[in-house]
Amino acid sequence: MSTAADLLYQDVVVEHKRAPRHFGTLAAPTHEARGRNPQCGDDVEVQLRLEGGKVADIAFHGQGCAICIASSSMMTEAVLGRDLCAARELQQRFRAVLTGQAEPDAAALGKLVSLAGVSRYPSRIKCALLGWHALMHAIGEAQPLDEEQAAP
Amino acid sequence: MGDLLQRATLPGVFPGLAQSVNGAPLAYLDNAATTHMPSVVLDAMNAFEGRSRANIHRGVHALSQRATDAFEQARTDLKRFLGAGPAHELVFTSGTTDALNLVAHGLSEATGGRAWLQPGDEIIASGLEHHANLVPWQQAARRSGARLRILRPDPQGRLHVDDLARLLSPRTMVFAVTACANATGERPPYEELLALASEAGALTVLDAAQAVAHETPRLAVLACDFLAFSGHKMYGPMGTGALAGRRKSLERLAPLRFGGDMVAWVGEQEASFAELPARLEGGTPNVAGAVGLAAAAAFIEATGRGAIDAHLRALRAHAATGLAALNGITVLAPHSQESAIVSFVARGAHPHDLGTLLDERGIAVRTGHHCAQPLLDHLGLGPTTRASFAMYNTHEEVERLVAAVAEALEVLR
Repeated sequence: MSTAADLLYQDVVVEHKRAPRHFGTLAAPTHEARGRNPQCGDDVEVQLRLEGGKVADIAFHGQGCAICIASSSMMTEAVLGRDLCAARELQQRFRAVLTGQAEPDAAALGKLVSLAGVSRYPSRIKCALLGWHALMHAIGEAQPLDEEQAAP
Repeated sequence: MGDLLQRATLPGVFPGLAQSVNGAPLAYLDNAATTHMPSVVLDAMNAFEGRSRANIHRGVHALSQRATDAFEQARTDLKRFLGAGPAHELVFTSGTTDALNLVAHGLSEATGGRAWLQPGDEIIASGLEHHANLVPWQQAARRSGARLRILRPDPQGRLHVDDLARLLSPRTMVFAVTACANATGERPPYEELLALASEAGALTVLDAAQAVAHETPRLAVLACDFLAFSGHKMYGPMGTGALAGRRKSLERLAPLRFGGDMVAWVGEQEASFAELPARLEGGTPNVAGAVGLAAAAAFIEATGRGAIDAHLRALRAHAATGLAALNGITVLAPHSQESAIVSFVARGAHPHDLGTLLDERGIAVRTGHHCAQPLLDHLGLGPTTRASFAMYNTHEEVERLVAAVAEALEVLR
């Protein structure tokens, strides 16, 4: 259709939106947090089961736009089985790419690189970061939400 | 289907519309949020600033007199525009939100006498309201000890007079309703609702933000104590608006802003207050804004209210029909004819994604909760996509909207 269709809604993004991974709830989460954007109604809850400092299981549920759902879905794949340090590092790297502070790097970001185009749409950055904010809240390392929301 | 204004002459009339966005001609369909301003409004404001700028009232010099005359002329013109009678008055505000806060605060705060709202009293607000006609009432209820009750719409988002009749009680002191719901485009039977509430002894409040540029309410034939509207939704400047209504009711309001221009006499420890409208207009007002607002009203009248209403109904019907024909699209308030708002939800496609893809085609729409979260929750809906029309929109733009939504659905599903 257009640049947005190519840049934002790549096949892998739309595919994750259609069939989000780890979508649902955990029976016995050890950590959980909810991320909400009252402006647009996006609302995502992330649940984790941490074992020995590692993400032993993760799930998310809620509602949101394609960018929000795809980003959360890819996030669950990216952090499952990894330790918290790696999850935090990935969140920081992804966030830096979206806010234009770092170049997209497929080797480090994996599938998440498909969302790098969001950096061109300031009003959509918070969509891509909502699930990640919930994850960081859940593990007790939240960035202040206002930083991305400064965008109009 | 014809358009109201000629596309070819539009750039000279509405300079802000003559631009491309993302390589396509701008189709500005976000008029329920803010309309564009015609050059005659800008010219009127420039002429004021260039020739008559001075502070109003109290001044004995020529420019101050000219500014005072311009400000008071704007008030007179706007009262006429709203069909005000001799028992009505109009107070300038910064917009609808400011006007509604002035009412809600003014009825729950005592100055001198007793506040209109007392503990145990009831306020009824409709469930269609923008947050600006809900949150101030929540605060007023808290301040006064009154109870806030909601006139809920039916599952199709309509308000019913019978439901209000059941809700009214001898303790109902205020009834607040919109003339057109900004989130859904629903046009409630506000004339009957206001009349019923007024008969029951309540003061009535009409949020006319979405019904001032077209289908404009006429104060003289309404049981309306307070009518609030914004300038920027009627081709006027941002940061302007007014609270109009029955003088006797406006006199009940405790002022929100104390200071210069609103006082009669001031001592070290106390003061007495001026008569309306000055009483509710403390401080230096936005005089150029008032002049621009009156120029916008004159522009609407010169274009022709009947022609504007007919054109906007036709655009709304065109869009509602075209969108509803797409697979998985539900148009809200499809029955609402006297409305320039078409709000819709699409199965499998989030409004934010639709909005971004439409913007890529130069089409500006609004997406989200539209400051009406309780309403959308009540209707079991999440965020919506909203296209809203103004006199300058065309049927070709409606076609572009429908085609672009269809294409966006292809990308997103």
